[in-house]
This record gives sequence, structure tokens and C-alpha cells, in this order.
Amino acid sequence: MPVSLINRPCIQVLRGQRLLCALMALAALLPLAAQPAPPAPQGRFVVVLDAAHGGDDTGGRLANNQLEKSFTLALSVRLRSLLAARGIQVVTTRDSDATIAPDKRAEIANHAQAQACLSLHASESGSGLHLFVSSLTPAQSARIPAWKTAQAAWVTRSLKLAGVLNSALLHTGMSVTMARSSPPSIDSMTCPAIAVEIAPEQNAGHEITAPLDDTNYQARVAAALAAALVEWRSEARQP
Amino acid sequence: MIPRYQVYLFGFLLLASLAMSAVLWHLRERAHQRLLAGQDSAPTSAPAVAPDEPAALLVANDSDGSLLTQLHSLPLPDDPGARAHAVLGKLLDLYAAPDAAHPVPGGAGSVLQVFLLPAPEIAGAVPAATKPIDSNSSTVVILPRDSRAKTPGSPPQDAQQSSPLLAVVNLTGSFAANHPSGIETEMLTVLSICGTLRANLPRVTQVRFLVDGHQRATLAGHADLTRTYLTGDLLPSGDSHP
Repeated sequence: MPVSLINRPCIQVLRGQRLLCALMALAALLPLAAQPAPPAPQGRFVVVLDAAHGGDDTGGRLANNQLEKSFTLALSVRLRSLLAARGIQVVTTRDSDATIAPDKRAEIANHAQAQACLSLHASESGSGLHLFVSSLTPAQSARIPAWKTAQAAWVTRSLKLAGVLNSALLHTGMSVTMARSSPPSIDSMTCPAIAVEIAPEQNAGHEITAPLDDTNYQARVAAALAAALVEWRSEARQP
Repeated sequence: MIPRYQVYLFGFLLLASLAMSAVLWHLRERAHQRLLAGQDSAPTSAPAVAPDEPAALLVANDSDGSLLTQLHSLPLPDDPGARAHAVLGKLLDLYAAPDAAHPVPGGAGSVLQVFLLPAPEIAGAVPAATKPIDSNSSTVVILPRDSRAKTPGSPPQDAQQSSPLLAVVNLTGSFAANHPSGIETEMLTVLSICGTLRANLPRVTQVRFLVDGHQRATLAGHADLTRTYLTGDLLPSGDSHP
């Protein structure tokens, strides 16, 4: 992290020079902050998987008393394996049943400088996959973006990512709903970010054809998301 | 043989105790009557029965993530706060019905109060987007905004009559605890409440939420309840009768 590297020499300066050192550190940070989207190194494609909830935050209660935190973690692990097999670097916000604050999740995502950040949720309401892009109004990137609205500079990219995911998921036969909303942590992410909510699959008569605890359905969802992210990688690499 | 003076003494004491009992009984009755007189429970005014009026409710549907306007006829009081309470009560009654398209337990009792306050001016406010983000989606969307309120001035009296209002909806803790968890279902509840308030009280431009009188982070883990929701352009997606 640039901040810690820049501040390290300041530890040894005299007390009267701290202000100057702090100003130098701030000046060194400004060019970094001015860049709207720090481009990842060429060829590097990173995806952040944020398994929502965890620890004390159990999330919703799904069918068969399964907890949302367990479902999202299992999906994150499965999706990470699929993406790694396709040569995509994956950063996860949690790999165990741990309580992680929304701000910490956004910090992890922002440090990864990822090309896609997916926050994984699950619900018994609705059907198919629900994709949510931040409801912040798209804005130009600020030199020092506000933490709670950092995603505003990335909303346009997030909408593009949602469009690519939507097309890819529809191609696999999934029903998809897209909307604007701001679940916890999304608005502070400085990457194309989407909250993905998985609901049971229903037919036209609103009968559940694939419940959330159906392992085949989970595998299909993970495969569809992985295929969609591969498609996004192809889009992202185009000039 | 009992001495005569003891017989007289016994008789006197007996009469005295009877007399004291009678006095006590009389005093008790007087106190009881005085108490009843002070608690006059007779109605001082006839109960007002509001006439039925059409009310537009934005009803959520989980199956397609949509909000559809339904027109209902229900008694609506003149007082704006009571009117807001009535329409939200009807909306939540629909969600508590067994065949609801957006099932949420609780019903009308889940709305404790609706407070209407002068709306603070929000810096850089942008009208809320209500269109789906692509043509395949039917979800109506509202943009929640952070409440960066400026200090309101003192508008003139006529301006106050048409000035925008902030509605503070106080929900019960049991409603939040029993609400189905999920981003979409929680947002639909929040948006339908905001849209219903806007449809029936056009001066309501901002909505905030409390749960049992306190601020709560989320409704059931997903929908942010710490924000001010702008109702600006929350347009109904279509009309239908129940």
C-alpha cells in the first residue's frame, strides 16, 4: 500500500519536520488519487469475490435452515476454483466463517485493484439471479474520493460489467433481474462492482424448479458466473 | 353471674361498633361516587368517520421485481400524518395477506408512526432514477442519497403550505425481524413504501426510516435504512385495480 511505504521515512524525522514530511507524503499520494481507475498491469486480471455476511452476521435463513453466510461462502469457494482454472487471479474477502465489516470488505477489494468485484448474496425471494449496481449517480473521479461514494466514479464501468454478466447469464438460460441498489460495502469499492443475489429458479408458473440447496443448481450458477467473468475479461482486454 | 355494669358496657361497645361501621360504609360510598364523577368516560365528541377515498399503492411483486400501482378505496383522514399512516397500513396489510406477491408478515400494525417534517434541502440532489437499467429488467429503481442537508431557512407562510416534506416512517422491530432477507425483497419493501407515500402525499420528497424509534443499519441485512430516500421521480409503472 503506497501510504505505508511513503510514511515509513517519516518515522525517523525530527518532530519539527513531521508537517513537511506529511505534506510530502500527501503530495506523493495526489497523482495516485487523481487517476480515476488505476490500471492493473497488462495481462493481470483480478476478480474479487466477496462472500456476504459471515460470523455473527448470519444473513438470511434459506431453505432447509441453511444460512446465507454458509451459502455465499460455498459459492465463493466454488467460483474461485472455476476462475483459477481459467487463469483468473481471485481475491476473496473471507475464506472462513468470520465476521468482516463492510468497510473492511471494500478495503480488500480496493487494495486488489480488481477488474471485477462481485458481492455474493442469496435469498429465497424472487427467482434466478439478481444483479445490483450501485445506485450512486455516475460522477467524475475526484482527486481524493469520498469513502462512502467512491463507487460513483466506477458506476459506468459497473453498469457495463452488469450488461456483460446479464448477456452471458441469459445465454446460459438463467433468468436475470437487474436493478440499482446499494447493499453494504458496494458504494466504497473502487472497481467495477456488482452485488449478485442468487434466488431459487422458478418456472413460468412461479413453481420452484431448482431450490438453493440443489447442488446442481449451485454448480450451474457458479459455472455461469465464471463464464460471464471470462467474457468480461475478453471485453476488458479490448482497447 | 355477669355484673350489670359489664352488660351495659358490652351493649354500648356493640352499638358504637355498629355505628362506626355504618359511618365507614357511608364514607366509602361517598368516596366511590366522587371517584366515578371524576372519571367521566362519556365521549366528548363524536368519532370522526373518514369517507372512503381512492388511494394509489405501489405494490411490490417478488416474481419479477416490479412495483405496480394498485388503486384502493379506503377511509383517509384529513391529517397528512394520519393519511400517510393509513395508506402504509393498507399497503402492509396487502403484503401480510396469504396470497401476497411480496409476502411480508406484520400488516398494518407494523407502522408505528409516520412523522412529516419540513424536508431539508439536499446539496447536489439529483432526481431519482426510476427506469430499469436495461430493457430486459422491469425493476423500478429509486436512488437513495446520502443526507447532506443544508440548514433550512425560514420560508414564508405560503411557501410552507407547498414546501416539500420529509416523512419519517417508524416501523416495529418485529416487522424488521420477520422481514424476508434479500437485497431485492428488502429494496422492494422500501421502494414501495416510498412510492406509496409519494403517490398519496405529493409533498413528500424524502423518506427516512426508524425501527422502534431508533436508527437501524439495514432492514433485514441488506437494504440501507440509514439513508434518506428521495422519492422525486418515482413513477408508477402502471395502474391496476385489485
